[in-house]
Amino acid sequence: MNLPSELKYTKEHEWVRIEGDTAIIGITDFAQRELGDIVYVDIDTVDKKVNKDEVFGTVEAVKTVSDLFSPLTGTVLELNEKLGSNPELVNSDAYGDGWMIKMSIDDKAELEGLLSAEAYGQLIGA
Amino acid sequence: MELKKVALNDVHEALGAKMVPFAGYNMPVRYSSDIEEHKTVREAVGIFDVSHMGEFMVKGPKALDLIQRVTSNDASKLVPGKIQYTCLPNEEGGIVDDLLVYQMAENEYMLVVNASNIEKDWNWISKFNTEGAELENISDSMSLFAVQGPKTADALQSLTSLDLHNMTYYTFEKGEFAGVPNVIVSATGYTGAGGFEIYVPNENAKAVWDKIMEAGKAFGIKPIGLGARDTLRLEMGFCLYGNDISDTTSPLEAGLGWVTKFNKEFTNSQNLKAQKEAGVSRKLVGFEMVEQGIPRAHYEIANAEGETIGEVTSGTQSPMLSKGIGLGYVKTEFAGPGSEVYIKIRNKAVKANVVKLPFYKA
Repeated sequence: MNLPSELKYTKEHEWVRIEGDTAIIGITDFAQRELGDIVYVDIDTVDKKVNKDEVFGTVEAVKTVSDLFSPLTGTVLELNEKLGSNPELVNSDAYGDGWMIKMSIDDKAELEGLLSAEAYGQLIGA
Repeated sequence: MELKKVALNDVHEALGAKMVPFAGYNMPVRYSSDIEEHKTVREAVGIFDVSHMGEFMVKGPKALDLIQRVTSNDASKLVPGKIQYTCLPNEEGGIVDDLLVYQMAENEYMLVVNASNIEKDWNWISKFNTEGAELENISDSMSLFAVQGPKTADALQSLTSLDLHNMTYYTFEKGEFAGVPNVIVSATGYTGAGGFEIYVPNENAKAVWDKIMEAGKAFGIKPIGLGARDTLRLEMGFCLYGNDISDTTSPLEAGLGWVTKFNKEFTNSQNLKAQKEAGVSRKLVGFEMVEQGIPRAHYEIANAEGETIGEVTSGTQSPMLSKGIGLGYVKTEFAGPGSEVYIKIRNKAVKANVVKLPFYKA
């Protein structure tokens, strides 16, 4: 199972890359495998403030649909426009070109609550 | 309840399948990718293990009477070697199950039922077996492989002397296949891609699977999971019991009037006949998304004014059409092709059009 050690993770199978005051967020390799072929990423929260654990979008696979929960409190700054025409990037490059949103980090204390690669790995039995 | 395993459970696990509980069985839902598996069946050939399906034998001089009594289609039209799609109506206007009836010989039939309904169907049919037809549930001893796709006959012909290319849809033959005698080779399927369904006793299942995989190699055969099975059937508009038809949907509402024949008496036939004459108030329709969105079972269907007019029963992103497709019940006045409807997807009303089935034409 691919779990980059420089990333943080959530129980909801998202990863967080912290770059200064900004967080880049996507779903984990484990999550994309469980979901199967991703065919649509529906995010309509750009420029909106979302609270930690609030739904910021939805990811649709052929067989199933799953909510995306915000790992942090902040404003959604940008979504990955490439996913509009190539949602399969979430499958093929979950931690790279398959990123979903960039958001501001409004409360740095929340970062403490995120999981390390090791802790997330244990959670999914990797 | 402990999950049942199909005879080839270990084979699927070794192939890397994601296994999920389905109808009480541990079943392969996906081996690689739903879309890739789907396209393999549409364009070449794929093999599904659908051994969870149930098989009942009905024999003896009262066999046909029993089948006529419990099913909606006219089984007297069958001859040995022919197959019929039909359903078991209940007494309240709904459907106990949909099934296939095979006429094996004079006074001998095989019923093929949905895995989730094996016990329910067995009890139901047994209840009406008052004249002493011989009933046997052989579900646990039979394996069933669906080999589907345009290259199926070419891929399998080397395994049998049966003339696969000249078998017509909804007929079967019993013969030697992959070195095993008395295999039922049936020109049926649930994909609309053509192909065969192969019934073999469990003890021969592994050998037959292996030989099919070997013979199919040159044609690009791949194992296909239940995920792609569902998207394939949905592109054809085929009903799935438990989604599109159920204990509370009438065969006439579900568009199964073509297998509901009123030239004989069967369960609830009087009421269904009256329903046919009066007309149904809702109908199962197929719809395609006009705007971006994927319909899913239980989403609400609304009209342009936002009033609820029905509910989605099945939906997916069509791998061949690359857009959202679905089945659902709508009020009859909205059931015509071209009718504009709105699917409520996460509180948004997303536009869709009612279309003629199938969604996908090969």
